[in-house]
Amino acid sequence: MSDTAFIEIRNAAKSFGAFEVLKDINLTVDRGQIVAIIGPSGSGKSTLLRAINELDPLTSGEVWLEGVQINRKLPHRQYEKHVNQVRQDIGMVFQHFNLFPHLTVRGNITLAPKMLKGLSTDEANKLAEEQLAKVGLSEKIDEYPSRLSGGQKQRVAIARALAMRPKVMLFDEATSALDPELVEEVNLVMKQLAEEHMTMIIVTHEMDFAASVCDRVLFMDQGVVVEEGPPEVIFQSPENERTRNFLRKHLARANGQA
Amino acid sequence: MDIDLILRVYPFFLEAALVTLELALLTTILGLTCGSLGAAARMSRSRILRLIGATYVSIFRGTPALIQVFILYFGGPQVGIQLDSFAAGTIALGVNIGAYMTETIRGAIQSVDKGQTEAARTLGMSRWETMRKVVLPQAMRMMIRPLGVNINALIKGTALVAPISVIELTYTAQRFIGSTYKPFEMFLLAGLIYMAIIYVTGQGIAWLDRKARIT
Repeated sequence: MSDTAFIEIRNAAKSFGAFEVLKDINLTVDRGQIVAIIGPSGSGKSTLLRAINELDPLTSGEVWLEGVQINRKLPHRQYEKHVNQVRQDIGMVFQHFNLFPHLTVRGNITLAPKMLKGLSTDEANKLAEEQLAKVGLSEKIDEYPSRLSGGQKQRVAIARALAMRPKVMLFDEATSALDPELVEEVNLVMKQLAEEHMTMIIVTHEMDFAASVCDRVLFMDQGVVVEEGPPEVIFQSPENERTRNFLRKHLARANGQA
Repeated sequence: MDIDLILRVYPFFLEAALVTLELALLTTILGLTCGSLGAAARMSRSRILRLIGATYVSIFRGTPALIQVFILYFGGPQVGIQLDSFAAGTIALGVNIGAYMTETIRGAIQSVDKGQTEAARTLGMSRWETMRKVVLPQAMRMMIRPLGVNINALIKGTALVAPISVIELTYTAQRFIGSTYKPFEMFLLAGLIYMAIIYVTGQGIAWLDRKARIT
């Protein structure tokens, strides 16, 4: 592994039966870098993201974070222990928020830090307040998720992930399930994280957001990285025909909606 | 209809109803225990445990509860299991309803959105921590009503121990018919008491269900 690589994915491949979702993908992300993954649905971008924290383990290939191999082959018990440990360093935000509906916002944020990091109730409460202030939802601390809007839910989900003090954040179409008017508040929180140099890998359909926030953009199609580069190159002068096609169609659809 | 007779015998029926209640309560406890273990087995990572769980469910749901009661009470002594009728009845009915509860509990657990487990695991929580703190609290709320259906069935099912002479409601009705020759009054009285028990239990379960709703 190279000296600067913070996250390194080597020869990643995954198949479901005969269907190859990922084909020999290599990706290096430096500390503080923000990478967007774009591509048509079914291109494997979410699967790649979910392979990073072993939610969808690879069929072959390696995933490394800060010199630790995440997808080590270990006997079941040791594997579980290992994975539970490394996942604490990898925050993840989902399309459908996945807040715990039986817990308040406070409970959602403090559950894992109390259980896994041994924080006292006072410490955990302080942490929840800090993280909520960061996403601008301090006043919602004692609400249940069902009382929040989609945008607020997603901001709480981000606060919940941040409360574990992860080294990297993965966003899996974090704004795709939101009403258009709620997208911006979530994007703002993500931009703020970018300014704080959080390492982020973002699977998204929002090209404007990717262009304005990310250092690098990967275009994936049919399980391979077709093209990657800085956003100004990918969005303005893509070299590959498939990238151009995808962006043209996507742009047409986006304009059609507006 | 012989109202006088009903007024004379009903204290004996109430006493028998206590036995029915006792049976129902013990059966529920045993059923919930078997149901929890059964559900855990059916969802286990181990293929053998899953097979054991599935076999348990198909045997006890696939044969009449009355046969299960008879096998344990009459057939038990032949293989060295000597139980009095109350114990045999309770065990047979409890293990029987446990098979139904296995499926109820498993269904409720599996109906919790997969995203919940993913979110918890992503934070670093183990399988067990996720089950205990995230999945079960949600599944419990969802299983109250269907477990209520199981409990309703098991209360009525306690009548199946009358043939092995447990002195509960149905047996008592039959015994009084032997001396009074008034089956209509006797079975009607027993039926009304069953109904009262079912009604009160149903209200209790509905109350629990309301209390458990997530705000």
